[in-house]
Amino acid sequence: MSLIALVPALPLFSAALMLVTAGKLPRLLVACLGAGSIALAAVCVAMIASSLLADDTVQTQTLWTWFAVGGFEPGVSFYIDGLTVVMMSVITGVGFLIHLYSIEFMWEDRSFSRYFAYMNLFVAAMLVLVMADNLLLLYLGWEGVGLCSYLLVGFWYQDPANGRAARKAFVVTRIGDTAMAIGLFLLLAELGTLDIQALMQAADATWQVGDALPTIAALLLLGGAVGKSAQLPLHTWLPDAMAGPTPVSALIHAATMVTAGVYLIARTHELFLLSPLALNTVAWVGVLTLLLAAFAALAQQDIKRILAYSTISQIGYMFLALGVGAFASGVFHLVTHAFFKALLFLAAGAVIHCLHHQHNIFRMGGLRSRLPLVFWVFLIGAAALAALPFTSGFYSKDAILLSAWEANRWLWAGGLLGALLTGIYSFRLIFVVFFGQAHTEPDRQPGWQMSLPLALLAVLSLVGGALALPLSGVFPTLASHPLNHSIEIIGIAVPLVGVAVAYLLYQGRQLPAERLVTAGPGKDLQSFWRRGWGMDALYQALWVSPYTALANLLRHEPVDSIYNLVVRACRWGHQGFAAAQNGALRWYATTMAFALIVVVALVLRGEV
Amino acid sequence: MGGLQVPLEHVQILAAILFSMGMLGLMLRRNIIFMLMSLEVMLNAAALAFIAAGARWGHADGQVIFLLILSVAAAEVAVGLGLVLQVQRHFKTLDMDAARRLRG
Repeated sequence: MSLIALVPALPLFSAALMLVTAGKLPRLLVACLGAGSIALAAVCVAMIASSLLADDTVQTQTLWTWFAVGGFEPGVSFYIDGLTVVMMSVITGVGFLIHLYSIEFMWEDRSFSRYFAYMNLFVAAMLVLVMADNLLLLYLGWEGVGLCSYLLVGFWYQDPANGRAARKAFVVTRIGDTAMAIGLFLLLAELGTLDIQALMQAADATWQVGDALPTIAALLLLGGAVGKSAQLPLHTWLPDAMAGPTPVSALIHAATMVTAGVYLIARTHELFLLSPLALNTVAWVGVLTLLLAAFAALAQQDIKRILAYSTISQIGYMFLALGVGAFASGVFHLVTHAFFKALLFLAAGAVIHCLHHQHNIFRMGGLRSRLPLVFWVFLIGAAALAALPFTSGFYSKDAILLSAWEANRWLWAGGLLGALLTGIYSFRLIFVVFFGQAHTEPDRQPGWQMSLPLALLAVLSLVGGALALPLSGVFPTLASHPLNHSIEIIGIAVPLVGVAVAYLLYQGRQLPAERLVTAGPGKDLQSFWRRGWGMDALYQALWVSPYTALANLLRHEPVDSIYNLVVRACRWGHQGFAAAQNGALRWYATTMAFALIVVVALVLRGEV
Repeated sequence: MGGLQVPLEHVQILAAILFSMGMLGLMLRRNIIFMLMSLEVMLNAAALAFIAAGARWGHADGQVIFLLILSVAAAEVAVGLGLVLQVQRHFKTLDMDAARRLRG
């Protein structure tokens, strides 16, 4: 039997086991099951990858036909090529490290078993997403990860705010998913299949570059990607999704699920290549998002929200790469970002864990000597995030910027400004959290289950740039351009300038940050950015409030009020007549007498 | 004939006054005995009007109706007083406002 089916089956089995036992298993067994199933899946992925790299072919496996309706027969079948293997390695590799870390992080939580059940279910769904050979199965995984994201963001459901954040994440991504579902219907109706390879060939054969239909289909798929990957305009859910446990943020909201949109576009890149408009839209969405999120990250105080905005920003870089046709660079940045952002989240989780659940960076400070391991790995992660030379982030981001330069100077300028801002906000974190005066004393040191993943991810963040991803057979090769050294030098210099600015603002104090934001427009701008450019308030006013107002209106069933009027008239008449039947004899006599007078009067006047 | 010295209008006005007094008594008194008595006054007012009209036109019908009213009144009093006894026994009061069960 092929190992392929085992990869998603192992975490799925483990999740099912933990779900049906409902927390009755001992903690140690849950930990072994939860992390062990991912480890085994990672071993399977390694074996698949080595065999794939050896003979450089595509592997497929069909388990069974899902259903058959009128010639449409989507199978539960997997398609493994270089891109899939890259994604599977990231999901199981980084996923395993995060599971290992979670054992210590979540050990004291009451719902330890529920946590690992959801996490394993997530990994299984994510694997189905990337391994699916047809878009319908991909959509199943797509919705599966959305469900797990909802469950894990709202993991501490006792606090209503967490439930609200989970619902927000679910509903906002669902908007994109709806667009994607319509896109799938369109593709099925036009091309008659959802099998990805057949679909791409059919699209190439049927449509010309620039046709309307591929543009519409690609834009609809982009809608799904934008929702899942937290890009403009559907990015507002990600900062709130930080309500979940920190390893969840590392796995779902940094390393894997939020990059599913990037994977989707890379997987269906033939379709996007048929539509220059859609591809351009991808690039511009990426640039705008990366700038917007980077500015917002500058003003945040919550360590996890800073990282959340930086995730949005980095995924913006991936979209930029996809949009300028540098698909391999986008996927490369996805991989390096998975390393260093998971590292940053896990390190932030370690800080939060050791500092009595303190999230505010201005209440931290001076942790360099107190949590030395966390400091060093955080420094490596921040350096990779800022794309300082020779870290993994440098190689991937540099490739993206070079491709952007070739495509459009404005896109390149946007990406460069983003790189400057990335340098500032990532080293603002370093200087504020790890240098200066200590405001909170750590009450413990991270144990080995936390330290080992941190160390491994730090190594990967450093040397991940040297990885050669087996993507040559998947994407069209770009025409090679003569190297432009001045552009490269600018690309190297800009993040360093950002770090220097952060130093001046937060460490050297030559230009104290407080002076900029205590009064005047600086203060307003900071508060505006802290609220994420007021997007939440805008959406609240534009969509949520009218919708809830309409819902409140409909709750009282305005159409039925006409019929209720009839009912009320009947009841009113009934009450009137019933009041007359009061058993008071004198009242009867009086009524009769007056009625008689009226009748006689009418008769006398000749009106009756 | 010629025995009647009073004009018919006067008798009719008297009958109307008597009838109104009886009706007012029926509406205003709460004691059922007085209500029955008011009823008698009203019956007799009607009877008076018949008598006067019969005498005015020399017609026997007025007196016939009077006899009918007399017997109806007697029967009514017989039944009414029986009911009064029952009311008294049941409600321990003759106040008709107190003796009501319907609440509307």
